[in-house]
Amino acid sequence: MAEKPTQTLDEVTIRFAGDSGDGMQLTGTQFTNTTALLGNDLSTLPDYPAEIRAPQGTLFGVSGFQIHFGSKEIHTPGDQCDVLVAMNSAALKVNLGSLVDGGAVIANSDGFNDRNLKLAGYASNPLKDGSLEKYRVFEVDITKLTALALQDLNLSSKIVDRSKNFFALGMMYWMYNRPIDSTVNWLTKKFGSKPEIAEANVRVLKAGWNYGETTEIFAVRYQVGPAKLPPGKYRNITGNQATAWGLMAAAKKAKLDLFLGSYPITPASDILHELAIYKQFGVKTFQAEDEIAGITSAIGASYGGALGTTTTSGPGLALKSEALGLAVMVELPLVCVNVQRGGPSTGLPTKTEQADLFQALFGRNGEAPIPVLAASTPADCFDTVFEASRIALKYMTPVIFLSDGYLGNGSEPWLIPDFDKLPDISPTFRTNPEGFLPYMRNEATLARPWAIPGTPGLEHRIGGLEKQNITGNVSYDPVNHETMVKLRTEKVERIANEIPPIDVDGEKDGELVVIGWGSTYGAIRSAVTKTRERGKKVSQIHLRYLNPMPKNLGDVLSKFKNVLVPEMNLGQLSGVLRMRYLVPTIPLDKVQGLPFKAVEIEKKIAEILKG
Amino acid sequence: MSQLVDEAIKSVTSEPVKYSSKDFQSDQDVRWCPGCGDYSILAQTQRILPDLGVPRHKMVFVSGIGCSSRFPYYMKTYGFHSIHGRATAIASGLKLARPDLTVWVVTGDGDGMSIGGNHFIHLLRRNIDIKVLLFNNQIYGLTKGQYSPTSEKGKITKSTPFGSLDYPFNPAALALGSSASFVARTLDRDPKHMQAVLKRAAEHKGTSFVEIYQNCNVFNDGAFFRFTEKDTKDDNVVFIEHGKPLVFGKEHNKGIRLNGFTPEVVSLADGKYSVNDLLVHNETDTTLSFILADMTYKSHLPRPVGIFLANDRPCYDEEMTKQIETARQKRGDGDMKKLLNSGETWVIN
Repeated sequence: MAEKPTQTLDEVTIRFAGDSGDGMQLTGTQFTNTTALLGNDLSTLPDYPAEIRAPQGTLFGVSGFQIHFGSKEIHTPGDQCDVLVAMNSAALKVNLGSLVDGGAVIANSDGFNDRNLKLAGYASNPLKDGSLEKYRVFEVDITKLTALALQDLNLSSKIVDRSKNFFALGMMYWMYNRPIDSTVNWLTKKFGSKPEIAEANVRVLKAGWNYGETTEIFAVRYQVGPAKLPPGKYRNITGNQATAWGLMAAAKKAKLDLFLGSYPITPASDILHELAIYKQFGVKTFQAEDEIAGITSAIGASYGGALGTTTTSGPGLALKSEALGLAVMVELPLVCVNVQRGGPSTGLPTKTEQADLFQALFGRNGEAPIPVLAASTPADCFDTVFEASRIALKYMTPVIFLSDGYLGNGSEPWLIPDFDKLPDISPTFRTNPEGFLPYMRNEATLARPWAIPGTPGLEHRIGGLEKQNITGNVSYDPVNHETMVKLRTEKVERIANEIPPIDVDGEKDGELVVIGWGSTYGAIRSAVTKTRERGKKVSQIHLRYLNPMPKNLGDVLSKFKNVLVPEMNLGQLSGVLRMRYLVPTIPLDKVQGLPFKAVEIEKKIAEILKG
Repeated sequence: MSQLVDEAIKSVTSEPVKYSSKDFQSDQDVRWCPGCGDYSILAQTQRILPDLGVPRHKMVFVSGIGCSSRFPYYMKTYGFHSIHGRATAIASGLKLARPDLTVWVVTGDGDGMSIGGNHFIHLLRRNIDIKVLLFNNQIYGLTKGQYSPTSEKGKITKSTPFGSLDYPFNPAALALGSSASFVARTLDRDPKHMQAVLKRAAEHKGTSFVEIYQNCNVFNDGAFFRFTEKDTKDDNVVFIEHGKPLVFGKEHNKGIRLNGFTPEVVSLADGKYSVNDLLVHNETDTTLSFILADMTYKSHLPRPVGIFLANDRPCYDEEMTKQIETARQKRGDGDMKKLLNSGETWVIN
């Protein structure tokens, strides 16, 4: 048979969607790894329900995974997908809105039987009734083809059914010209003790690939070349993995043991899982009885001279508030990771949001200043949490590191850093009993000495009651209280002396600057790039340091006529900027549990620039 | 323990010191109410610490909030007066990070049983090597007199003018139900007994739990006088001792006998029963410990005081250290550079 024609594309977005038990996250992750190995730039967005195994075929049980990859720079998981792989009718119904006009639907026809159609609320079969006219529809009986591929293996119908995602993966590998080796290796390793399952999955994967090759329904296949990324060695990494590794790297560079006190919570648990693996690094993970014990055990560990850390998501941060105040008062280093999710209350556990900025900045009783840093991309979690750890150790303070569900679960190619070049951040423990007082301070940083139990002659008491300046004894003196409140505030403010001044991307003054923080980076970047491609001028600022803010930020913002602040909340950074710098910001808010689409920001930019 | 911590604590040399109780008194004025039972507990603790052979700088007292939780300020050791109910969790993190330290927790019936109840039970089941002293005065003292989780039902307080509806916790039974490995009860007004119990608690490997009946002479005066005062004590308390029959009473003429699983008071005076018929305490018998602890609120039985259970069970902290050692033996010391470069990687030129 003649080779099918190949068309070259510079970017593609694919969405895999099926039941939450269909293995869509796994399929997406495999496609991502293979794509990363080919040198494409990429960005991913897992989108899954809170239920582990929601009833089959239902709309709320649909799990999706979107990957945007290309031979050019990729900043977001893609506003819309070009290809939708729908394993059943519910998956089609839930995701059709994100498919571009003219996009491709690859539908598992077995998932469109009467029962499935009814569960998805379709009165008639959309594959047959013409309602998908504006899309290119490819019907493939994936269930049946999978069963055929495995018919001589005598496997249970459950195992056969569970393999069908690999058929879809195989087809997509064929369609986008990707080798299957990496997935084959992964399967062989993963199911080492169950070779029959490994074989079944490999066979189905190959069947899917071969189906693409031989079937007449696919007329073309596509080629997406490698991206021009800076030279070096790359790996793919999710935000949660980068956070875990960043903490480990920080502990190593601090020459301290890493202690994590944590209570499982979506979407932060993967950091706990990751850190629990690395016993040989001396990492101590403690799955505590609750969020409060998570943070307080970490404070106990810090008191003992470890790098104490705790990981959580929004509701958990609320529970940790009082303990954060204690850490402020006793002035011990602590890194508190908040992988934000939709709130309030239990909210949207598996969806992303940035609505905990106020909670991080202000959510404590009393004047309790805490440095707050936010990562902007999955890989940036490594650098930002490392920096958070550095600040915590140098200034003897708790630090809140903000990530979110999108960053935590999303992934991107990462230029592996040279570990030797990361700075030494090791603290100096106080050991000299001569003249020691627990609340004396370093002149430059205002940090108090870290005097750990076990050091002869430094026996002292700390606690949550107000401290007398310098001696650390309990004090109810009114003037002393004000002195201490101000000292603790100034200590945090002094961090601004050493953080880099904010750098504007684009013109340093003009009509419009778009300022963001956290995971909106990619969408803002894309929107700004596209606006500039249209010949318009727009500048961009992205904040890593939310408290304290870079010293020059107020001046920088004052040079622009308009300051647009896109956020996945109701204008929290926008409010902070108004409060601190009296700038008339324009908020652009989205609270749908999903990241911004670049086009949403681009539209707002166009509106402000009047075209 | 990291190299940096190890270097720091070894950088200052210290000679072994023969301590006296005075060496454990800090320079802070003790600010409990005059006549408070806490004074006795502080004194007995300071009395037994010199005998432990642990240098002062290796000891840490962690507390929560409440009258009892002021304790660390008065100890010339390391101390951490933390937040309400969380001392057990802070101590857990500290001990896991620093197994070389001797960690004590001082808590009360409100701090430990109410707001900190969750951390308390989980510490016990994990059996981290921490000594917990619970000062039980059956009242909230620092907040000026509300009923506590150990107050008797029907108690009239400021917050329960019509009598409390809460059934009280029995801390010893709660501890046993949490799989504690060492559970004891002692009395603020019996210094000798307290010293003996504290010493045993200190020597026990694993979580030691000591409930101390402590008189709050301001808000709940006399709550335990039945068990502590000379004329009533003997008939209302049975001191349980390992290997010894449960005898009590002014004339040592009463005892506890098991009728099936139910303890009952028998007279040794009327010739029907002898000491040989009595229940003999075995502090390593978990089943027996439950039966004894369950005597606590039964008005027809004397109040059991002493060591209910002292059992050896693996400690969480030791097992955590072992897991790390094993991983290092098997996989070698963690190499961050290697880890960053592990898995599937690709090179762009």
